[in-house]
Parts: sequence; structure tokens; C-alpha cells
Amino acid sequence: MENVISMIMEALQSDFILRAILVGSLIAICCSFLGIFLVLKKYSMIGDGLAHVSFATIAIALLLNKSPLVVSIPLVIFSSFLILKLNEKADLHGDAAIALISSFAVAVGVLITSVAKGFNIDLFSYLFGSILVISKLDVILSIILSAVVIFITLFFYNSLFAITYDEEFATVIGLNSKNMNYLISILTSITVVLGIRVVGTMLISSMIIFPTVTALQVSKGFKDTILISSIISVSSVILGIFISYILNFPTGATIVIINAICFMVFFFINKLKSN
Amino acid sequence: MNNMITIRNLNFNYGKNEVLKNISFEVAEGDYIGIVGPNGSGKTTLIKILLGLIKNSKGQIKFNHDILEKNSIGYVPQKGVMNDRLFPATVKEIVATGLLSEKTGFKFYSKDDYSRVDITLNKLNIENLKDKKIGNLSGGQQQRVLLARAMVANPSILILDEPTSALDPEIREEFYSILKELNEEDVTIMLVSHDIASIEKYVSKILYLDKKIIFYGSYNDFRHSKAMAKYFGIYTGE
Repeated sequence: MENVISMIMEALQSDFILRAILVGSLIAICCSFLGIFLVLKKYSMIGDGLAHVSFATIAIALLLNKSPLVVSIPLVIFSSFLILKLNEKADLHGDAAIALISSFAVAVGVLITSVAKGFNIDLFSYLFGSILVISKLDVILSIILSAVVIFITLFFYNSLFAITYDEEFATVIGLNSKNMNYLISILTSITVVLGIRVVGTMLISSMIIFPTVTALQVSKGFKDTILISSIISVSSVILGIFISYILNFPTGATIVIINAICFMVFFFINKLKSN
Repeated sequence: MNNMITIRNLNFNYGKNEVLKNISFEVAEGDYIGIVGPNGSGKTTLIKILLGLIKNSKGQIKFNHDILEKNSIGYVPQKGVMNDRLFPATVKEIVATGLLSEKTGFKFYSKDDYSRVDITLNKLNIENLKDKKIGNLSGGQQQRVLLARAMVANPSILILDEPTSALDPEIREEFYSILKELNEEDVTIMLVSHDIASIEKYVSKILYLDKKIIFYGSYNDFRHSKAMAKYFGIYTGE
């Protein structure tokens, strides 16, 4: 036990752990703020789809030797618009449009990686996250963009809530639900790309969905849900970083597993309560 | 009498299907109109056009100054919109969204807004439900919450689409008496229903729709009209 404490103390003295905790927590909060709208609007899979898209965009960035964050954000936002447009115009159901775009993007990613050999190891770190080795530029970008996502969500909170609860009524009282759906798409795209740093493209959707679904087991109101899910999300990230540091586990996977355990605990609490 | 809404030659097709044909009528201030007709007669389509939810209709719809200025149409949708019992929203959070029509920019609520929510809940006798989760309420309670959401911004007209189709008769009567009270306080009401027997006590006018207007006038006239004979011929076999 003493050993563990001394390792945590040691970890807290290293810059990369502090950076990881700061960036990870901010992204965790973004995920919770958006997760509730995505889960309740039944758009959960959009996070997953956009994560697959970002696999391709990162491959493109690595090929061009550019920053994956900078290249990915506009491309992922564009893809999210494409998904919405396909829904509107092509009479596709929500998840069909997501599946089309995401599988196409993965194919592009795989093609690029096989043609341009040599960055497979780099790409692997993006697949499963590498928050412990995050560059200064990425730290700054992540902090700014997380702040943007958090503040925009707060500013539009009442409209987003109204549209999530009852889109028809929201339209009747003059809210522009189409624009709000685009806003949610932009914010989700940014969050997904940022989250790749923490848990990787393969696992980012779990950061968006798990904390919200966990909070829904016990919450009553909308704000409570966001608060509880933020607390769960941030704790999982911090705990995950320490555990992975001490036991030498992959950080992203550890964070997701902690989230899964939280979900199971809350799920059983809820079941016990309702019995 | 001042007209709230004037509708002229409204036509709407769904693909090749004619849903509404040559609809013209006026809604006067203080009216309590029951919109009735068989399934598929275009009742819901008509109000969705009035509410701006369906856009590509042909014809003229004129709202009076009041409605346009205050954006004040209260809308109560068909039964509880949410079948999702897990949806995490309290009654207060839902009713407050009715005030968003008045807000610009970031649309934050003020203290004053929350006291208006309280006043509306009080009026509908559901102040005790304020902090309850919507999914845990009964059908009748949920419907009152949706009525509160429509009423909180003090609209001059209220449009309801089969608001009671999922309710027990007793709770339905209660709901209709609340509407009657609101109507006596000068709120104009348009109520869609497939069941004329349950609303006849309350409404002042009937709009009988079957793709086109079969009858529009006072309830008294309706009772002695051919349209009624046909209606009851179908529905009660008398």
C-alpha cells in the first residue's frame, strides 16, 4: 500500500502525468456534456462512426506529416454533416448513414496505411490512445477546444435540452432544431477528435456513452445527469491514469474498463432500489 | 369579433394523396373549436400546418397581430411524447422550455421565469410534481405537465392534438374542465379529437373534417345538421 502511495506521489511530480490528468479531465467533461444529448436523441452511434472517420483522417495527417488534431477536426466535422445530410435527403435511417460513412472511412484509412508503410506504430497509438505522451501543441489545442465545447454547450443548454426532449414542440416555439443538430454534430466531432488522444479511436465512443448511461441509472433531472456523469467520467480518467502508470497497463483501455465497472455498480444499485 | 386565424383555400398533398382540399375557415377570439373527423381525415395534418411543422402547403394562412408578435401558440402534442421512462427531466425543467419562444440569444432563464413556471403549475394543480421526474408520473399527470408547458408563456391560442387519447375517462373529464376554465379566461382553443362524444359538452364550435370541411359552425347547429346524422350513423349506430 505504501508502495502505491509513493508511486502516486512520484507520478504527481512528473509533468506528463499532470498534463495527462488536465487534458484527460477536460475531455472527460466534454464527453459528459455532449453524451447526454447524443444518448437521449438516440445518436449514440454517431460518436462511434465519427471515431472511425477519424482513423482515416489521422492516417491522412500522418501521410502528409501534419498534426493529426489539426487535420482531423475539419474533416470529421465535414463527415458529421454528411451523415446529417444523408439522413435528411436520402431517406436513410440514422444508423445506416453512420455505418456507410464510417466503414467507407475505415477503408480509406486502411488503404492509406498499407500504401504508405512506416507509420504503423504511430497509428497504433492513435487507435488505442496515448495520453501519457501528448505534445505541448496538443495540450494547448486540447485545452482551448475543450473549453470551447464546454462553454458552447452551457450557452445553448436550454435550447439543446428543449430539442432533445421534444423536437416538434421546440420547432413550434421557434427554435431552429436543424441548426441545433448541426451544432451538436460540430461539438461531437471536436470531442471525438480530442478524445482520440485519451483513449484512441477504437474506444472514444465509450467515453461519450458510458458515463451518461451510468448517470442515467440514478439521476432524476437533466442537470443532475450531466453533473453525475462528469464526476464519473473525470474520476475514471484520473484513476485510469494512475492505475495504468502503476501497473504499466494501457491507459485508454484501463479508463474504459473503469467506466464499465462504474456502469455495472450503478446498474445494480438502480435494480436494488427499484426492487 | 376579432379573427385569430384566417385560412383560405388551403390544400395539401402527400405525394399523390390529397390530404386537405380547399380548406377555408376562421378562428375567432375566444372560440373553443373541436376538430373532429375519422382516422386519416387530415386533422393532425391541418394543425401541423398551422403550427408550422409542415411547410409545403398551398393556400393562405393569416395569423392576427397578437400571435405573430408574441409567437404565442401553445401546443399540446398527442399523448405523452416521451415513452422513454428513463428520460432524466423534472417537471420544472420541461415546463420552463415553454418560455423559450420569448427568448433571444443564449436563452437563459431568469428568476422571474421560474416564478411563472410556479404560477402555471399552481394553476393546473400540479405544483407538488415540480421536482418529480417526468417518467415517473401517470399519463394524466404527464398530460397536465405538457399543458403547463404550452400555457406558461400565456399564449392567446392553444392547439391540442388528441391530448386525452391515452387517459382514463375520469382523468379525461378533469383535463377537459381545465381547458374549459382556460377558455373562459379568453384563451382560444382548437382541440383535435376522434371522439366527439367526449368533447361535445365543452366545445362551442365543431369543425368536421374529412379531407375537406364537411361542417363548420356552432355545436348547436351541428346537432341538427346532415353531417351529424352521418357522423352518428357511423359511430353509434343510432
